[in-house]
Amino acid sequence: MASVTFSGVTKRFDDVVAVNALDLEVADGELLVLLGPSGCGKTTALRMVAGLEEVTDGDLAIGDLRVNDLAPKDRDVAMVFQSYALYPHMTVQRNIEFPLKRQGVAAAERSSRVLEAATTLGLDELLERKPGQLSGGQRQRVALARAIVRAPRVFLMDEPLSNLDATLRVQTRSDIVAIQRRLGTTTIYVTHDQVEAMTMGHRIAVMRNGALEQVASPTDLYDRPATAFVASFLGSPGMNLLAATGFTGHDGTPGLRAAGAELPWPDGFSRQPSGDVTLGFRPEAASLGSEGLDARIILVERLGAETHLICSLADGERVVVRQRDRQSSHQISDHVRIRIDTDQIHLFDAESGLRLGEGT
Amino acid sequence: MRRSLRESSLAYLLLLPALAIFGVFTFYPFLENFRLALYENPPFPGLPSHYVGLSQVGSVLGSTGFHQSLVSTFLFVIMVVPCGLLGGLALAVAAHQKLAGMSIYRTIFSSTVVSSVAVAAVVFGTLMDPVVGLLPWLGINPTPPILSNPTWALPAVALIAIWQFLGLSFIIMTAGLQSLPEEVLEAARLDGAGGWTMFWRITVPLLSPSLFFGVVVGTIYAFQSFGQIDILIGPQNAAFTHTNVLLYYVYNALSVQNNPGLAAVLSIVLFTILLVLTLVQFRFLERRVHYASD
Ligand SMILES: Nc1ncnc2c1ncn2[C@@H]1O[C@H](COP(=O)(O)OP(=O)(O)OP(=O)(O)O)[C@@H](O)[C@H]1O
Ligand SMILES: [Mg+2]
Repeated sequence: MASVTFSGVTKRFDDVVAVNALDLEVADGELLVLLGPSGCGKTTALRMVAGLEEVTDGDLAIGDLRVNDLAPKDRDVAMVFQSYALYPHMTVQRNIEFPLKRQGVAAAERSSRVLEAATTLGLDELLERKPGQLSGGQRQRVALARAIVRAPRVFLMDEPLSNLDATLRVQTRSDIVAIQRRLGTTTIYVTHDQVEAMTMGHRIAVMRNGALEQVASPTDLYDRPATAFVASFLGSPGMNLLAATGFTGHDGTPGLRAAGAELPWPDGFSRQPSGDVTLGFRPEAASLGSEGLDARIILVERLGAETHLICSLADGERVVVRQRDRQSSHQISDHVRIRIDTDQIHLFDAESGLRLGEGT
Repeated sequence: MRRSLRESSLAYLLLLPALAIFGVFTFYPFLENFRLALYENPPFPGLPSHYVGLSQVGSVLGSTGFHQSLVSTFLFVIMVVPCGLLGGLALAVAAHQKLAGMSIYRTIFSSTVVSSVAVAAVVFGTLMDPVVGLLPWLGINPTPPILSNPTWALPAVALIAIWQFLGLSFIIMTAGLQSLPEEVLEAARLDGAGGWTMFWRITVPLLSPSLFFGVVVGTIYAFQSFGQIDILIGPQNAAFTHTNVLLYYVYNALSVQNNPGLAAVLSIVLFTILLVLTLVQFRFLERRVHYASD
């Protein structure tokens, strides 16, 4: 078991900077999720830990050992690929056994460890099959078995569930979490699915354009996003963001003007001299009422337990309102007023996107 | 309906030239062989041939000349196919390294495909020449000279065939290597496979479709080699009986011995051997081939 530490790690492919000065520490025994939009450098970061990609700049350490120049096979990490990457000419048994053979584990111990890993993942009936004779979910589990059988110091998983159907994904997700918690193996798990991230990770590291935006526990990330990007990326749908301006009223109390409406300046955010801010609120922090932002409904999404109303404000900005109520009576093109719960407002700097500091 | 009839007659019309060429140069000669095989030619040219039924087939199959030819043919194939394939594989692996300037080597390695048999034969003939050749100069100079030496003549022509097959074999293996699933190789590296294990346990099995294809194509190629023998050895040569492979025997029977009946029997035998071998390869070898299924 070991921690994984990125210190200013950069990866350049010719003129593309895939990972940019990444500083990140994955604690021993932790499951850290790397989350971010397509092309943000998640896979590249993971492949550098595996040794499949060379580090251009900075230091990468597993435990106390700097591994920049260590061959993949000497790093004692196991990786689960999105394509599963099973050996097509070997049976399930031999696939799982392969890394043990390379380590020179004796035959008797090999077969007992293979059987144990296979049983853990419910593969004991399939040991004699070849990968071509397995379903996607079964192949996925063989790939996991091949990783856990080695008892490596670190697991690396690159979107391992993305080829599975929704039901299987939910089930395998909890299987992976259970195994990781039981083995306590340090794990880096790459995904662009935020539900996976929220449900699986001890912490989530959100990446954007090769750089780290924020790393925090799932609830912290949801409740206190450090940037407007994180706020809009997390949650489904993500946080509503509106351009807003701070002002001081006649009586000296600070306020906020957005989409033609005025709100009191929320507690917990320092005032901004320039005035321009980004106002954020989650769909569940908004409700329809008799006062608030003028809007028109442009789409009603009924999801069963809840309803999403997608609304357009006077200046064309979009706002999503989540209603807990199954039978929302609202229709497309209804005119409504959107009330924002001021306790649940987030403010970000309009330019840098950074969350405004605490203060008065 | 009328229109489709017009269309299909147009289609047949357009196919006609190709069908005519195939008919005249492939189908007709193929069938004519079976007829010719039933007629025996008299020992003196000019006299009419006469119908003997299957007896000629029996006498050819029982003759020493045929047995010798069969042995030479199989020895030749056994030398050419494995050496050509493994050589091509070795070159392909070497050229697969991601190094600058590899495309030049790729071009060089695949160039034997487009070099003519005649040129190759003459070049190798010169290299092996007992007086001016490179091999004698290197001290390899058996008596009688290589190309008329009963022991060395067949390996020498096989060497030329191997050299010529290398290009095609290299291309097949390179295409195979380039389509290997990258992530499977990476998984193997992470699982601790070093160069040797990687090659034999992962690369070669994954390459088995290409290897199989190479065996089939190479076998057919080897059975049909002819030019090197005709140019470098020929019937006057002392070592001729040791290099008289089936295809050359067919040619010799027809154009030197003027014996169409013998030639017909031999070419039917050659056809049968190739057919059976190919079927056997598909039946037994292909079972060990792993076509990527995902
Ligand atoms: N081998 C490569 N050569 C050149 N550029 C590359 C290479 N691999 C990745 N990149 C670039 O690096 C950037 C990051 O790629 P990466 O695969 O890490 O993204 P990702 O976050 O995993 O995306 P996805 O969610 O789509 O898998 C992209 O702009 C990509 O085009
Ligand atoms: Mg990726």
